[in-house]
Amino acid sequence: MKYRSVFDIIGPVMIGPSSSHTAGAARIGRVARSLFGREPKWANISLYGSFAQTYKGHGTDVAIVGGLLDFDTDDKRIIKAIEIAEERGMKIRFIEEDAVTDHPNTARIIIGDHNGELELVGISIGGGKIEIIELNGFELKLSGNHPAILVVHNDRFGAIASVANTLAKYEINIGHMEVSRKEVGKMALMTIEVDQNIDDTLIEELEQLPNILKVTKIVD
Amino acid sequence: MFRNVAELVELANSQNKKISEIMIEQEVTVTGRSKEEVIGFMDRNLKVMEEAVERGLKGVTSVTGLTGGDAVLLQKYIEKGNFLSGETILDAVSRAVATNEVNAAMGTICATPTAGSAGVVPGTLFAVKKKLHPTREQMISFLFTAGAFGFVVANNASISGAAGGCQAEVGSAAGMAAAAIVEMAGGTPEQCAEAMAITLKNMLGLVCDPVAGLVEVPCVKRNAMGAANAMVAADMALAGIKSRIPCDEVIDAMYRIGQSMPTALKETAQGGLAATPTGRALQAKIFGMPLTEK
Repeated sequence: MKYRSVFDIIGPVMIGPSSSHTAGAARIGRVARSLFGREPKWANISLYGSFAQTYKGHGTDVAIVGGLLDFDTDDKRIIKAIEIAEERGMKIRFIEEDAVTDHPNTARIIIGDHNGELELVGISIGGGKIEIIELNGFELKLSGNHPAILVVHNDRFGAIASVANTLAKYEINIGHMEVSRKEVGKMALMTIEVDQNIDDTLIEELEQLPNILKVTKIVD
Repeated sequence: MFRNVAELVELANSQNKKISEIMIEQEVTVTGRSKEEVIGFMDRNLKVMEEAVERGLKGVTSVTGLTGGDAVLLQKYIEKGNFLSGETILDAVSRAVATNEVNAAMGTICATPTAGSAGVVPGTLFAVKKKLHPTREQMISFLFTAGAFGFVVANNASISGAAGGCQAEVGSAAGMAAAAIVEMAGGTPEQCAEAMAITLKNMLGLVCDPVAGLVEVPCVKRNAMGAANAMVAADMALAGIKSRIPCDEVIDAMYRIGQSMPTALKETAQGGLAATPTGRALQAKIFGMPLTEK
């Protein structure tokens, strides 16, 4: 079931005018920001389908940028997000794509600074609910509704077990987990949704484990 | 966890509970939050709805100037007392319009189930409030009942205009509102389902064709009629009228109609009212350039 909570239906509280094109767009931007871990210096935002056709009218552009600035769906600063981002020195480019995607409301966001970059694809499925379907080339399915840990690791035996063991040691329960890889034996991505926010000491400990390359988190 | 309306009604009947109670219990189970937290969270959403309606009734104008002020016009008309339909229904329409006018003005609203359809549920709630004098708790229950039906539609069909047309947005919202009105008025869980079915049947096929891609024309007036539709269907269900097609099958029909609806009529601003000469002219005026037909 795609929708699990009554507050997916009666909610979110948000700045208008569109739950999918404004609130959902803001959430996609905010997940990108959360995964990047800091404010990006630049952003290339590609819009597909209905997003590409109607983003100006729905404020999809300001909403995604608002998300990149870590604004929530009901933050009134969303309306002026592009101006605020420019004041802070963020370079933003929007690209209207003609390609047909599986979902009509799709955005590909590439953000970065001098220390690195991040690419993700998010879809807005209705009522403000979103899914992240691609991250740095890995396929995944992430709602952004729960705290989550994303672990880039070598595709070797024992990598998943060592992460799960560490979570168990900290008494952290896994609500949903999936593993995705581009090629056998190369790099892989674990997506782990958990019930509570994770502290940085645990993230650092996970990064010390063998075959673990990078760990990022999404806070609730 | 209920997966469809039949299971929802069965759960309510077997435990001798209201739909709203079943929804609250499921939310507690799924999220691990306490009942008080869940109710408190809904109370917060209710406050947002109240503030949005109040703001809209004072009169707002959208950034483009396409919408705004109609809620005020209708309230003044009601005050004169010469209306032809009914006071509660017109009040519901006016309050639904108020919410959507605030939404179009990039104000703060609560999506129910979406922002474009955010007027129907609060519009009807605050109008029937004057008639039924509910407690705060009953008003919160109204939102849980609406949420329960919306939950089924979202999981079995769609609540997105881009995926299913306006029938999935205002259609769903109107069905949700009708069911919630019935529960507040003392109807049975079956009657809630009948009201939902009757409402949604009459919104089937409704396309999403916003002028210039904005959630303004015809969205605000579709919320008005969604509210009116919900009020009449609730009265019909309370009168004992049943839908020949069961609610779950109506929801399924809505999904299939949405699947076969052309992309031009699903929130792309390419067809329907958006593609009329006036729709195109407004689009060109708002964006300050002649827009190509894609």
